[in-house]
Amino acid sequence: MTAAPVVRTRALHKRFGDLVAVQALDLEIARGEVFGLLGPNGSGKTTTIRMLCGLVLPTSGTAEVAGYDITTQSEQVRRRIGYMSQRYGLYDELTVRENLRFYASVYGLVGRDRDERLAEHTDALRLVERLDQRAGTLSGGWKQRLALACATAHRPDLVFLDEPTAGVDPAARRTFWETIYELAQQGTTVLVTTHYMDEAERCQRLAFLSRGHLIGIGTPAEVVQQFGARTVEDVFVMLQQRDEAAMPVAAGRS
Amino acid sequence: MSGAINAVRRWTVWPMLWKEFLQLGRDRLTFALMTGLPAIQLVLFGYAIQTDVRKLPTVVVDESRTSESRALVQVLQNTDNFTIRARVADRAAATRWIERGAARVALVIPPDYQRNIRGGHTGVAQLLIDAADPQSSGAAIAGAQLAAQARGAQLLAQRYQLRAPVEIRVRPWYNPAQKSAVFIVPGIVGILLTITMTLITSTAIVRERERGTLEQLIVTPIGKVSLMLGKLLPFVLVGYVQMSVILLLGVTFFGIPVRGSLLLLYGLALVFIVASLGVGLLISTVARSQAQAMQLGFFFMLPNILLSGYIFPRAAMPEPAQWLGLLLPLTYFLDILRGVLLKGVGVRDLWQQLGALVVLASVLFVVSVRRFSKTLD
Repeated sequence: MTAAPVVRTRALHKRFGDLVAVQALDLEIARGEVFGLLGPNGSGKTTTIRMLCGLVLPTSGTAEVAGYDITTQSEQVRRRIGYMSQRYGLYDELTVRENLRFYASVYGLVGRDRDERLAEHTDALRLVERLDQRAGTLSGGWKQRLALACATAHRPDLVFLDEPTAGVDPAARRTFWETIYELAQQGTTVLVTTHYMDEAERCQRLAFLSRGHLIGIGTPAEVVQQFGARTVEDVFVMLQQRDEAAMPVAAGRS
Repeated sequence: MSGAINAVRRWTVWPMLWKEFLQLGRDRLTFALMTGLPAIQLVLFGYAIQTDVRKLPTVVVDESRTSESRALVQVLQNTDNFTIRARVADRAAATRWIERGAARVALVIPPDYQRNIRGGHTGVAQLLIDAADPQSSGAAIAGAQLAAQARGAQLLAQRYQLRAPVEIRVRPWYNPAQKSAVFIVPGIVGILLTITMTLITSTAIVRERERGTLEQLIVTPIGKVSLMLGKLLPFVLVGYVQMSVILLLGVTFFGIPVRGSLLLLYGLALVFIVASLGVGLLISTVARSQAQAMQLGFFFMLPNILLSGYIFPRAAMPEPAQWLGLLLPLTYFLDILRGVLLKGVGVRDLWQQLGALVVLASVLFVVSVRRFSKTLD
């Protein structure tokens, strides 16, 4: 039971016209892991997450999320995942409470069950004091916390966080990461993409993507060692430079 | 198809409805568009805009000052097309009144008017009209000519001791008082539904895409059909409420008759609503931003106002304009509205309009739902 990975992809491919966004991706993520997906812009991080969420279909290859096939069993997959996008996906005109109620109801939570779950959830995510404020008037940090709450109210097996801390102040980022660890301890797997290297180092395992290829995977220390660098940031900068140098050639090749 | 039906679950449509109504109530612009616009339209078109021309300000230059000239003035006044503002001394003074804009019409009766009539000649009077606005001047001209002919026939009959050989007795059915409100107010229902279903619906959908909430919804297990239903149903309900309010106000304040079956009207309105939702959905798949959706929506409104027969009679339009009008769902719905409300006709007399609406609704809705569900993948 514990051995079954929450995410398993095999030779996953995504092509948009001539552009190969993700190529031959083999990835396994274990239950309860905080897993970081890193790479320069255009490396295929967001496309990978969008495929695993069922937002885009892979061109070829297979992937299982929470034990279900993403192409043939997408509805079962959707019930078991949470997704928090860069844009947060909140309704500005609705209050914090209404946003939570709405997303919980959409996942089939109703009546007293839902109210109890939400009470517990808002408590854990420290949202109680803002329950009646309109989401549109919240600051970045609060919006982020609310978006995470909306994405996890139905207790998903796995939650995808696509650059969740962009444009948020350091204090809010710290509390956000504390919440992520709490989620992981409760058994929720967290797959996060980020540009912040301090955040990358907080992940239990990392995968580096470059131009659609998986080029390194392991704990932060292992990845740093693989590339013969001193820090994760060095690895990142090195990859970015290599990508930029390869750009014109890559265009000719594809 | 059974898959589609399975995908509709009460627990997924209800939260969508609840959320949509909360949003509609809290978004000021949308709320103003939905409530303010109908109110303004009703007042504007009900009271202010009178396409029937009445009581043009008129001055009289009566150089004849006889019983015959006074009778002519009376005949013109009786048509209700003219109100006599003043009697002025000469033609120059009358011209100044028209130039100032204080009068639109001047009636000039020369000194020999009565003498000519009594002498067996023709009494000639002159009507000067500010014809810058062809619609009102046209009505004035027609009114004056009719009045003069009637007066002439009367005089002839007197002179030769005859009875009028022919007479047409006009009975204006359906709108006996010839009030334009009776014609326009039912049309407001159609215009309003068009605005709600195309403009407001498409901006509401595009807003979800712009803010990323649409993507968020796709990731939930809600299913495409529930998502679409949840997004469109609220506007159907809003449309019916708007329709009822306008009808109620129309009956109370403008004396709009309800001669046919309201149930039939509400039923046929649904076909029109589906067709218009198709247009709204289509706009939402084309527009990249809320502003674009608004612009496209207004662009669609323009032919609806001009070509559907809402204000301007379609019979008076050049043929290509009439053909274009046939492509608009509103053209048929206006016939239905006026038919049921003013004439009290049933579905047997409206089957052509209903048929055309059903065709338009199916084509528009199928095409747009297909396009829309592609954007959800």
